[in-house]
Amino acid sequence: MKLKSLSMAALVAAAGLASMATTVFAQAKEQFFPALVYRTGAYAPNGVPFANGYIDYLKLTNARGGINGVKVSWEECETGYATDRGVECYERLKGKGATVFQPLSTGITFALTEKAPGDKIPLITAGYGRSESTDGMVFKWNFPLTGTYWDAADIILQHVAKKEGGWDKLKGKKIALVFHDSPYGKEPIPLLTERSKMHGFELTTIPVTHPGVEQKAAWLQIRQNRPDYVFLWGWGVMNSTALKEAVATGYPREKMYGVWWAAAEPDVKDVGDAAKGYNGLALQHGAEPNAAVVKEILDKLHAKGQGTGPKEEVGQVLYMRGMIGAMLAVEGVKRAQERFGKGKVMTGEQARWGYENLALDQKKLDALGFSGVMRPISTSCADHRGSTWARIHTWDGKKWAFSSDWYQSDEAVIKPMIKAAADKYAAEKKIERRTPADCQS
Amino acid sequence: MLYRENGQFKTTYRSDQQIFPILQDRVAIGALIAVAILVVPLLADEYLMRAIFIPFLILALAALGLNILVGYCGQISLGTGAFMAVGAYAAYNFFVRVDGMPMLAAILLGGLCATVVGVLFGIPSLRIKGLYLAVATLAAQFFCDWAFLRVKWFTNDSASGSVSVSNLSFFGITINTPHEKYLLCLGILIVFALLAKNLVRSAIGREWMAIRDMDVAAAVIGIRPVYAKLTAFAVSSFIVGVAGALWGFVHLGAWEPAAFSIDRSFQLLFMIIIGGLGSIMGSFFGAAFIVILPIFLNRALPALGDVVGVHIDTALVSHAEFMIFGALIVFFLIVEPHGLARLWSIGKEKLRLWPFPH
Repeated sequence: MKLKSLSMAALVAAAGLASMATTVFAQAKEQFFPALVYRTGAYAPNGVPFANGYIDYLKLTNARGGINGVKVSWEECETGYATDRGVECYERLKGKGATVFQPLSTGITFALTEKAPGDKIPLITAGYGRSESTDGMVFKWNFPLTGTYWDAADIILQHVAKKEGGWDKLKGKKIALVFHDSPYGKEPIPLLTERSKMHGFELTTIPVTHPGVEQKAAWLQIRQNRPDYVFLWGWGVMNSTALKEAVATGYPREKMYGVWWAAAEPDVKDVGDAAKGYNGLALQHGAEPNAAVVKEILDKLHAKGQGTGPKEEVGQVLYMRGMIGAMLAVEGVKRAQERFGKGKVMTGEQARWGYENLALDQKKLDALGFSGVMRPISTSCADHRGSTWARIHTWDGKKWAFSSDWYQSDEAVIKPMIKAAADKYAAEKKIERRTPADCQS
Repeated sequence: MLYRENGQFKTTYRSDQQIFPILQDRVAIGALIAVAILVVPLLADEYLMRAIFIPFLILALAALGLNILVGYCGQISLGTGAFMAVGAYAAYNFFVRVDGMPMLAAILLGGLCATVVGVLFGIPSLRIKGLYLAVATLAAQFFCDWAFLRVKWFTNDSASGSVSVSNLSFFGITINTPHEKYLLCLGILIVFALLAKNLVRSAIGREWMAIRDMDVAAAVIGIRPVYAKLTAFAVSSFIVGVAGALWGFVHLGAWEPAAFSIDRSFQLLFMIIIGGLGSIMGSFFGAAFIVILPIFLNRALPALGDVVGVHIDTALVSHAEFMIFGALIVFFLIVEPHGLARLWSIGKEKLRLWPFPH
């Protein structure tokens, strides 16, 4: 008995030492991408396909020969959508030569925004994060590529106004925002409030506490209120619960519009046919089973048993989102290599320059396999967002299908809001706006 | 042989009643504090500081506060997360709204606000005990969760509900490197641990323990339950509030109400259960255990899996944490209800006889 426990202890100690030893291994030859994922917890149904898409694209990059020959390496760290675990994962992985962090959580983004500048590691928050971080002159290290929540809210409103027949037709209409009671859910409220003042529609905000399984009271309120439209800003199980409650209270799903994080397969598959007509924002891409890059991944990875996650997930909405996140991360490094040395491993600072000078035109995107999936994106010092293209897609009971043209958010309304919020942040944190000279570095 | 008090004669009451009467204890504690202040900042790297030492110090402080309430006074409380939140948000409001407020003053004022809230939610303890009191303090937890989400004034009208602090300075020294943060937390912890140890050895501490052991008998011999229970809530909430303010200011930097959710309350309760209820030292053991265990599992389980050839992914490690925590709580409650602190005490007892075990 004693020998057994002694040998068990020795085995564990050896394993522990071995793991510690491998982490000291010099990573200088590979571009390291940390992956903050959540495969457990209330948000796992949506976090898992995103993570699988992210990792699969990194594997594909290696299969394609790396970034100009530099191989890519990664490590997953489970955050469970919790800010303190996200911060711990950040601290653990940043020392390994992290190129860029994509926390996939607005809460963790807020915390890392404070830390990343000091550690000189950029943050990509594609389609989430702080809306004012579009302003690259204040937020040097944040990149809300492809769009923020103010763009999302604006585009949904544009679509709704188009359906009604014009912005003036919105006067007197009632719009309810059912949102996750967290920084993520509260982000669109300033824009919606601004627009409601401009066009005279009535905005009701209905918060849902984390994790979002208790929505009976919220939907009872909606039933009494009878809004003309319901915007859903949920995540994880909150989305499927919201749809179930909408079915239960009889709210027409055609009048519901989900943000791009509330319009994916995991959200509707529990409800299936009953969610028919539910609309969501598509952040440039939707479900893309026919995209060239999807076929390439199925060929080169899943056919050889090297895919992350099940084959059926490839091409789904969140899988594509994760893939695009990884694609932007890799392309930024490639761009940085154009300036700092092709075929060399890029530091966080160098990668940051790459993300600030992204110029992905349609030709480059098509060459990567994203034709028909993405539109061109180009960032600059002042604009860390790069593009605001989005579409609406609708669930037809079996799959997501595009149901609108391409929209862009209205800069006239959003730009002053971004500037005001960024100025407020700069004043609070006592940081100066960047000079144009700094943009060249 | 090493741990004997032969030849150590006490000639004054003061020396007999000191916290560490045995010379070897004093030497050991002195050495530990010296190592903590001088050696650790030199040797520890940034990750160790940020991810292990600083959370350990702050959670040890919070566990200390909770142990006073649950371990010494016997009033079960599931609202610790809420009191930490009150401390953090109150300190934030003082820091941001009052120009030129020193950080330490803001943190202590945050603790005072937590005291007020703690006493308020401690009033039910005068009438109810045990499970019912746990539910009443749970109400505190949910009430504070709601308040910090819905009442915009607390978050300085921030649109997102997330608040952040920066430019921390302690008597003129800016606190931004992990080593400075570590020393700040260590200093505050040492002061509070000393205060707490002295409190529990004093008359008020004995009143708390009397209430815990047999509250009717305590009331019969003249200990006022109102005074004892409310002071326990007050002192505990003050310490927990200061810990909450440190958690927000020093460890997180930017936080939202979810940082002080019910999970935090349970985590602190587990800390004192595993560490040892009714023991100052137990709070430290429990905090160390709970801070280090997830990180250890995160490193060791995949490595162990590699040794046997099984790929262990991050989700499984996360699930394993929960399972192992649960198993450990049950184990400790059955095998050693007094926790790690008792195991340490037994160790010291055996050390007194070593190497002559008869």
